[in-house]
Amino acid sequence: MRLPLRRNQTATADPGVEALPGTQSLPKVLGVAAALLVLVWLVVKGAADVKQFTVVTLNGLTLSALFFVVASGFTLIFGLMRVVNMAHGSLYLLGGYLAFEMQKGWFAQETKGLNLSLASPTGSGGEYDLVGWLLPVVLAALVIGALGVIIQQLFLRWNQGEDLRQALITIAISVILADQMLAQFGGISKDVKTPTNWPESVTIFGVQYGFFRLVIVTGAALVIGVFLWWLIKRTRFGLIVRAGVDDREMVSALGINIPIVFAGAFFIGALLAGFGGALGGTMLSLQPGEDASFLLNSLIVVIIGGMGSLGGAAIGALLLGLVDAYADVYLVFGDTDLTNYSILVTFGLLVAVLAVRPLGLFGRPA
Amino acid sequence: MTQRLGRADAVSWAIAAVALLLLLFAPLIFTDFFVGVILTKALWLGIAAASLIFLASYAGMVSLGQVGLYAIAGMMFANLVAADGGLDAAWNPWVAVVAALVIATLAGLFFGAVAARSVGIYFLMITLALGVLVYYFFAQVTQLSGFGGVNDPELPALVGNPAADPVPLFYVTMAASVLIFLGIRYLVRTPFGLTMQGLRDEPDRMRALGFNVALHRTLAFAAGAFIAAVAGILSVWYNQRISPGSISLGQTIDILVIAVIGGLYRLEGAWVGAIFFALLDNYSREYTPSVGDILGPERFNTVIGIIFLVIVLISPGGLVGIWEKAKERMGPSSGGRRSGAGPTAGDESSQPVNEPLGPGRAAGTSGVS
Repeated sequence: MRLPLRRNQTATADPGVEALPGTQSLPKVLGVAAALLVLVWLVVKGAADVKQFTVVTLNGLTLSALFFVVASGFTLIFGLMRVVNMAHGSLYLLGGYLAFEMQKGWFAQETKGLNLSLASPTGSGGEYDLVGWLLPVVLAALVIGALGVIIQQLFLRWNQGEDLRQALITIAISVILADQMLAQFGGISKDVKTPTNWPESVTIFGVQYGFFRLVIVTGAALVIGVFLWWLIKRTRFGLIVRAGVDDREMVSALGINIPIVFAGAFFIGALLAGFGGALGGTMLSLQPGEDASFLLNSLIVVIIGGMGSLGGAAIGALLLGLVDAYADVYLVFGDTDLTNYSILVTFGLLVAVLAVRPLGLFGRPA
Repeated sequence: MTQRLGRADAVSWAIAAVALLLLLFAPLIFTDFFVGVILTKALWLGIAAASLIFLASYAGMVSLGQVGLYAIAGMMFANLVAADGGLDAAWNPWVAVVAALVIATLAGLFFGAVAARSVGIYFLMITLALGVLVYYFFAQVTQLSGFGGVNDPELPALVGNPAADPVPLFYVTMAASVLIFLGIRYLVRTPFGLTMQGLRDEPDRMRALGFNVALHRTLAFAAGAFIAAVAGILSVWYNQRISPGSISLGQTIDILVIAVIGGLYRLEGAWVGAIFFALLDNYSREYTPSVGDILGPERFNTVIGIIFLVIVLISPGGLVGIWEKAKERMGPSSGGRRSGAGPTAGDESSQPVNEPLGPGRAAGTSGVS
């Protein structure tokens, strides 16, 4: 299986992957050449304006952190159960909306002084303390985790192994969720407010950068990454999970309750989507379409990194976030501004990785 | 077919004949609105779904990139002819049609080369990512998609002005549907088509026999792209515009819903699903009860999502699958399966009904290969 098990990676790890005869090395050479070209270009551009380069890099890194939080849940669920949870993006957005509603409903304090109600049309111009941010975020994540378990128990448990059918079921759920969210929360962009007593920004490498993005989001991603690694590699739960993935019948025969373990894994996966939504709702914004956007991001991250691999999700998120950030700024060649073609670079990244490693960078055959 | 036609098969043929007759004389029978809006839409949606079903049922490749490919064809056509927004080109519409078909098929060849080495759920994910990237590309590049879409493209004289007289476009779309249907039925009987089905069922054996698996899958995907491109061009003729919003993830899901409702492993299911979808799209709003915010005329997507969910849960073979089941109950059928119209070469009575969504598993390869 593909959770970070220690195992030797032999060169013949892709027996099922078809390679066109005679073309095996060409994509690799092209891929490496393209990567080098991009690096040289970045060095040239970066040297021209170091401050801008720092800010863009931080943008990319913090975006990567958010992508990782969301995609790690996606890859966890897939890695254990072979379920491609197409509702992952919907769970992300719903988590954000729930955090927003709870924060607005429970913690909006009386606004003081000259805070004229010019505040955002989203209506929450209030001030919040730490609890006013943390509690909604944690609760939203837990609720989404529970919702994930409900979805798994009702719709996915009994057809384990039919991966296409499960994907279709989760697509149907995502359609319903997206429409219901549009009905409940409308189409106007909303965002979760950070605690008022947090600093706006911090200075790092000589540039001012947003505190929340840099410290909270990146910190959360690191904590989650370490926690998941510990959970899967060092705990009994992780041991059972890894064994269950390799041979479910055998583990069941040994008297271990696999359905409970799977439900637990689904809980964590969905919880990460909800938590990512709450973070993303604070860092970016919440609106219809973000669900599709984060489903796509999660897909690309795990396709690049290798389905089911936690380390792959980290690398994939890093590549995607950085490529997004750099392509948005550095696609200017002399007078020609190609920044609105930046999506092609993401596309190129996907194609390049798949050309070299059809299973993703850390992917291994099932 | 050497065997005697069973009663159920006779009913099938009768239904097909009646449907075709109804379609042929539709402009005489139905109102202009029904012909111009619902039937025409169902026909081109059916072609789009057919491209998905063609790949799913004969090549074992469930692609969610078909809308991306039809978007490329539609955008190319709308840009190459005189239109509001997009490029300034003003080509002859037929030349633009050929160019759009060629470009979309080439894009399909490229996408296929990227994705064809993956199978099953991986293939679905990669094609979905590619398809959605196409949407983001057109949403971003306003030189091609205009601000608010490309409107009023010049249509071929054959189609005339669908707003004034929908009948010519209806017949053109119907002819395209019939040609696509027959073309697919022909293609899957050619050596290439048989190879495709062999790859679907036994990729390892086919490889051992010396077939180039990736190449054949790529070519099959390009064929699917061509079919999708036809649908894309017809969609532009029908809507007389194309905008990024009409090629988003939502449209990808709509086409998937149509294919699954019709029956993911029956070619005719594409049009069955499409007519069902078009009818629902137009008429369900009037009859949807209002339940607070949860349900109501505004909540079409909830309705379609629930129907989709129910179909996937109870009858993975879709409406055509339900019909197949009913046929079995009606009595002994001839047993003569139409060539290859199923997920595996297994016997028809058990396979499609019980496990129509498992070609990857039926193929005996786990996960990735």
